[in-house]
Amino acid sequence: MNRSPVLEVKNLTVKFGVDNPVVDAIGFEVHAGETFAIVGESGSGKSITALSILRLLPVNASVVADEIKLNGVDLLRKAEYELCKIRGRRVALIFQDPMSSLNPVMTVGEQIAEVLKLHFSMTRQVIRQRVIELMKRVEIPEPEKRVGEYPHQLSGGQRQRVMIAIALAGEPDLLIADEPTTALDVTIQAQILALLKAIQQKTGMSLWLISHDLALVSTMADRIAVMQKGKIVETGLSASIFQNPTHPYTRKLLNALPSMESCLGHQRKQKSSLLKIDDFKVYYPIRKGIFKRVVGHVRAVDGVGFEIERGKTLALVGESGCGKTTLGKALLNLIPAYSGQVIMDGMALHKLTGETLRRKRADIQIVFQDPFSSMNPRMLVSEIIDEGIRALYPEVGTVERQARVVELLERVDLPPDSAHRYPHEFSGGQRQRICIARALAVQPKMIVCDEPTSALDVSVQSQIIELLKDLQKEQGVSYLFITHDLGVVAEIADEVAVMYRGKIVEHGTVDQVLHHPKNAYTRDLLAAVPRLQTSVLR
Amino acid sequence: MVVLWTDALVFVLLFGMSVLSVYMLSNPRMRRPLRQIGASKTGMVSLTVLLFFVAVGLLDSIHFHSKDSNEIVSVLDQWLSPIRLQGEKTYSAPFAAHLFGKELMVLEDGSPVWAYPRLQYGGAHLDDPESELFYDVLMKASIGFIKSAIPAAIVLVLLGKKFLHRKNALISQASAKAVAWTVFWIVVLCGTLLELSSYYHVLGTDKVGEDVLYQATKSIRTGLVIGTLTTLIMLPLAIVFGILAGFFRGWVDDTIQYLYTTLNSIPSVLLIAASILVVQIYMAKNEEQFTSLIVRADMRLLFLCMILGVTSWTGLCRMLRAETLKLREMEYVQAASALGVRRRIILFRHILPNVMHIVLISVVLDFSSLVLAEAVLSYINIGVDPTTHSWGNMINGARLEMAREPLVWWSLTASFLFMFTLVLAANLFADSVRDAFDPRRMG
Repeated sequence: MNRSPVLEVKNLTVKFGVDNPVVDAIGFEVHAGETFAIVGESGSGKSITALSILRLLPVNASVVADEIKLNGVDLLRKAEYELCKIRGRRVALIFQDPMSSLNPVMTVGEQIAEVLKLHFSMTRQVIRQRVIELMKRVEIPEPEKRVGEYPHQLSGGQRQRVMIAIALAGEPDLLIADEPTTALDVTIQAQILALLKAIQQKTGMSLWLISHDLALVSTMADRIAVMQKGKIVETGLSASIFQNPTHPYTRKLLNALPSMESCLGHQRKQKSSLLKIDDFKVYYPIRKGIFKRVVGHVRAVDGVGFEIERGKTLALVGESGCGKTTLGKALLNLIPAYSGQVIMDGMALHKLTGETLRRKRADIQIVFQDPFSSMNPRMLVSEIIDEGIRALYPEVGTVERQARVVELLERVDLPPDSAHRYPHEFSGGQRQRICIARALAVQPKMIVCDEPTSALDVSVQSQIIELLKDLQKEQGVSYLFITHDLGVVAEIADEVAVMYRGKIVEHGTVDQVLHHPKNAYTRDLLAAVPRLQTSVLR
Repeated sequence: MVVLWTDALVFVLLFGMSVLSVYMLSNPRMRRPLRQIGASKTGMVSLTVLLFFVAVGLLDSIHFHSKDSNEIVSVLDQWLSPIRLQGEKTYSAPFAAHLFGKELMVLEDGSPVWAYPRLQYGGAHLDDPESELFYDVLMKASIGFIKSAIPAAIVLVLLGKKFLHRKNALISQASAKAVAWTVFWIVVLCGTLLELSSYYHVLGTDKVGEDVLYQATKSIRTGLVIGTLTTLIMLPLAIVFGILAGFFRGWVDDTIQYLYTTLNSIPSVLLIAASILVVQIYMAKNEEQFTSLIVRADMRLLFLCMILGVTSWTGLCRMLRAETLKLREMEYVQAASALGVRRRIILFRHILPNVMHIVLISVVLDFSSLVLAEAVLSYINIGVDPTTHSWGNMINGARLEMAREPLVWWSLTASFLFMFTLVLAANLFADSVRDAFDPRRMG
């Protein structure tokens, strides 16, 4: 690694107002042609670092550094108009969310051409040729046709490809990719990462990857810096960091990483079925005309059947849009089902209506993905937790209810004084604990967990999973665990069902599905999951 | 005592507000937001100003038959009778001793002269207005200032001694001081103006020689009545329809949408004009019920409020529907229905509190636009009765004189100043209320 550094940063500190620094005296180098990755949990300051180098932070941020050198030129000494010539030309950025980083009212061709117009003097024909060339390079099929299309006409993966094409248009020396695949499905993620690698090999540019995903980073990066609370705690070659992590935080992150090997310890005991669904369908009607005639259906869930045992966990795996969340909500009768049977403890839930349905709701509860929108911001935690008790067990007195709230808070490892605070005072993981307490309050037999950990950091994620496992042991509650993360599946599930386009394509024990998949789609899905390159870890 | 329709409604409203305040003060959970309002200086100062306006409006809402003439007058009229009764012939500028326009006068020797005649009351005590006026105004103002400032200061200091150092008060010490200063300045301003008003027309007189300060003060009640009663009629319609449409979707949504689209597509001025005409015909047919001018004018004001209320709920309703559509998909609403919470409880506990900020903001904004709407409607003669004092009528009257040289600026300025103060105070107060009741903005 004797290549010259493209980017040198020394002693960089970023502050907002008078608060503690968000980025605290960090320094690193990115060499020519290498892939450098910064890994850290949310709030560790990794995105801020990237933005501060291009001076893209809001005005109230103060950026102090000894030097920020790009190809030997100190960026700190550049005026704003000089930086404009560097952004997009020498350094390009790709952001996380392909939905919001493209302008919805401009065609993708125009958006790629914008960079070319800014940085090169080219004629219109040349620009058009170049745009098509770029789109070919990022492997968008039929680029001649796609040039004139708008972002909403493209899929998420294609939009991210367009973002990459925009970044490549300036022929940059350094490409900063800020969580480029977090919003994408695993299979798409694998494609995008492969594309980035291929492009890097062809053009020889440097890639600076920012991610929270250790496994992903281990497949991509040459060198890695681990960031915690604004500081770089460990830097080194990828292989050495994953094999001999020296800093305790790195070790903690690596241990928190769910791995597919962990399922081997699960055992199967005698069967005792709790929930059985059969030929379950959820269709969304497509209505047209003034009288809103139903002209067809979107088949979100199309004839699904499975069984969940008492005290066991069924993981429902699939990519976004495959109908897994719809299925979960339809089981709770939050979305009307089209047809099919849901039988719980010998009672046909799908036939219930009105008051009997309301009474029966105690049996199945749900924990949602986003811990920020799943609680009414205007209610105290105690009110949030006892809402179900008040609705379903109105005979329970106030004192008893308060005691129950405290008991539930203790069970999910929150201090009892949390009861008198508002949800926004808690962190994401704590909020998820409150949501679990709310679900437990009505003593359900089953909880639908709809991606309960995907909005959380790795270390918090493993705590929540531990909590869910403990609760299952104590109370014998069953879980329908909806997720796209196969690593988590291995940690918690007894059985796995893989869902694809509204249908279950494979169903079996964790070991069967994860290690001996039969279905082609399952195999694709598993192959796409980034894994730690060194298997000696555990 | 004479109780007019709007008087009755104003007092019902006042009663409702008092019940609400007592409830809020006694509820321990309300103490935190209330204390936050109490800690906000802007909020408390604007509340003080608002309360002053409301007090004036309330004084103007207690009507009785006056003893000397058989007119119906309010307590405020009685208090301000010198200003009310001391009318001039026509326009005169603020602090003027002469009329605004020249007139043909006959001197003592019988020769006619084209000059500015002296006012009947304004500056009538002066021998030579040219030289004395300025010092006299200064003098009278200082007397008024001293007369009001000294008692006000003594009372406030005594009250402050007694209440300022109480622990656990809802109002913080800093904002209590700010409120005391505001009260002090309001009292001093009123005292000075009253003192001056017995010698001069502080804000001039209008076309028929009526004191503009008196007009503007009387208009406070009209503005408040239109702002509050209209809101009172509009709010339930907007909230109930908006939330129901957004929450239940389906045919409920369709019906409500058709209703407000239809209502919106009728030009509201036409609708208001038609209704006002209906009211006028009704009053003409039942003359025995409307014996005096003021009763007729009051009836017209009430109907105007109703019509404005019935035509103006659509905007807020649409916004609430959109917000409810968003909220009903929120996961906490779904979690609540999964917990078996009844739908009407979901509406009250989860939807309503989370749309209240929109209601509050748009009510305050509507308040100002309603006062303005009243002015516009008066312009085409379908607003409040021409005999009712209102800022709209004042602006309308002043409009006719805008082309005059030199300009008759005082009616416009007076109504602008009063409206501005009221609307600004309402806006600032609403801001601090909204902040206080949003747990996310706490701390």
